[in-house]
Amino acid sequence: MTMKHFSLSLKNLIRKPGRTGTLALLTAFLALAVFGGSVVVLSLRSGLNSLEARLGADIILVPSEAQSKVSFQNMFLQGTTGAFYMDASALDKALEVEGVEKAAPQTFLASLKADCCSIKIQVIGIDPELDFTVQPWIARSLTRELGDMDVAVGCKVEADVGEIIRIYEQRCKVVARLEATGTGLDTAVYCNMDTMNALLAAAEEKGVSHKIESGDSVISAVYVKVKDGCDIDAVNNRLNGHIRKVTAVRTRSMITGVSDSLAGVSRTVTILIVSVWALAFFILLLAFVLIIRERAREFAVLRLVGASRGMLGRMVLLESALCGLLGGLMGVGLAALLLFPFAQLIESALKLPYLMPDAGRVLLLAAGTVLLAVTVAALSSVIAAYRLSRIDPGTALREGN
Amino acid sequence: MAVKAENISKRYFRKTGGANYFYAVKPITLTIEAGEVAVLTGRSGSGKTTLLNMLSGLLKPTEGRVWIDGADLYSLDDRALSRLRGERIGVVPQGRSAIDTLTVLENILLPAKLCGKPLPIEAASQWMERLGVAPLRDARPAALSGGELRRMAIVRALAQSPDILFADEPTGDLDDENTNLVLSAFRDYAHEQKKAVFVVTHENSALQYADMIYRMDGGQIISSAEPK
Repeated sequence: MTMKHFSLSLKNLIRKPGRTGTLALLTAFLALAVFGGSVVVLSLRSGLNSLEARLGADIILVPSEAQSKVSFQNMFLQGTTGAFYMDASALDKALEVEGVEKAAPQTFLASLKADCCSIKIQVIGIDPELDFTVQPWIARSLTRELGDMDVAVGCKVEADVGEIIRIYEQRCKVVARLEATGTGLDTAVYCNMDTMNALLAAAEEKGVSHKIESGDSVISAVYVKVKDGCDIDAVNNRLNGHIRKVTAVRTRSMITGVSDSLAGVSRTVTILIVSVWALAFFILLLAFVLIIRERAREFAVLRLVGASRGMLGRMVLLESALCGLLGGLMGVGLAALLLFPFAQLIESALKLPYLMPDAGRVLLLAAGTVLLAVTVAALSSVIAAYRLSRIDPGTALREGN
Repeated sequence: MAVKAENISKRYFRKTGGANYFYAVKPITLTIEAGEVAVLTGRSGSGKTTLLNMLSGLLKPTEGRVWIDGADLYSLDDRALSRLRGERIGVVPQGRSAIDTLTVLENILLPAKLCGKPLPIEAASQWMERLGVAPLRDARPAALSGGELRRMAIVRALAQSPDILFADEPTGDLDDENTNLVLSAFRDYAHEQKKAVFVVTHENSALQYADMIYRMDGGQIISSAEPK
């Protein structure tokens, strides 16, 4: 394909904006579905992977009353605030159980939407010496340990590094902003256990009780890592039998629910993409056949002034590929306009962990989608181009009259 | 000698009486010489356009051969035949033959552009002036009348300086003045540049410009004679 054919094809496209626009719109529809659907599915997968990484434990121990697993899950998935407490001795008891390699406590506290608190958030206290789930995440944004009254905030918390936030009248300094996880953990604030104890005391003064019957030393959950080679279900059963008023929940069972929902959404999106793909391909096929028929005389004229069959075929393919390129870019652009500014809205609508892929992956996906649009457009014109190349110019001129 | 056709015919499949085919053109042998204007007349449906298309390499005959200066047109592959058509044959077809997305000048220069030849801008300008379409050079075909489109197609064919020019009803949309303008241009082109011109027409006025007149009926040439 030489420059002269390219310029002729380009003129055909530019000077017939209605025809070009219609073909490009059809392809844009395809690109929108493919790119948009893929970004949603990828974001959900990234969200699930991120959730898996952030939970980072095989088993989580929670007070039996918190076992209404839905609300417990919602804290991780949707960032619902809430708290439940159990005696801190649950940690030591967990470590006694055969097969437990590591155990780390976490304590939860929900701030209030009131004068005493700058924002309503979930506060999570960790023990830096024992923690093995949150610290690796914090370490990516903060090179030292969390000091007293220091907090690391999730990416969706409206507070900047260096800012002071008030939680139950206690002034906490934001020392790090954590990377996005696409889960409810992005709306939480993390502190060490000393800070958490100070906050619990302050909350108590404001009438938010965390007292439990057995004593003052409380925690909300224990994250358990099972030794390599041990049966996690067996350890889970042993924990349930060994510690009273506490329920051991396998993290996989939490993720299974999310994973099932994700599989459902993925299936729906895939069906949608395939349907749109097939429909767009069929419509494009039809459109090209009709357009080529409508342009039969134009092509016959090109033949009589020296264009070969191959030249015409290449011209048709080039024109359709250019339409595909334009439509692909339009579709990807439109999908980006719909997906990126409204990511939060999509996340809340899906009620699933949702983490946008990084820019490199998005660009790769966009390039792949545009390439697909170009290929589909070119492929759908192949039949028309072939039929066109079989017609004698003399016959075509006569039929076109 | 410019063009020689030997026993060319065109048969189409169609139920006609007892047969399931009919001859649009029955076997014809014909020679068109360089430097002459040959005019083919005849009733509608007599096979004139089919014959012209076969002679100009646009329609493969069912039988027979067509030579242009020794080259057997239909033994060439499509690429070579297309190139020959673009470089050495000019065709003015019946009806509209403009590419709507190009301007008048772009349409005229299109054959040279497709063949990769130098653009005959000077020749194009001269023929455009002579046939009165120079002011329309930047217009798009949609803005032109039938007669203007016709003259544009004629300029397109002439500007490439083809060895042989085929014109199918070239004056169909033209008034008397423009008809004479076009026919005299054909005659001058043939005589001055020693090229062959083959015109299919209903117009009796064309006969006065002819060096050779053929009459066709029922797919056959029924007479050929030099004008008196």
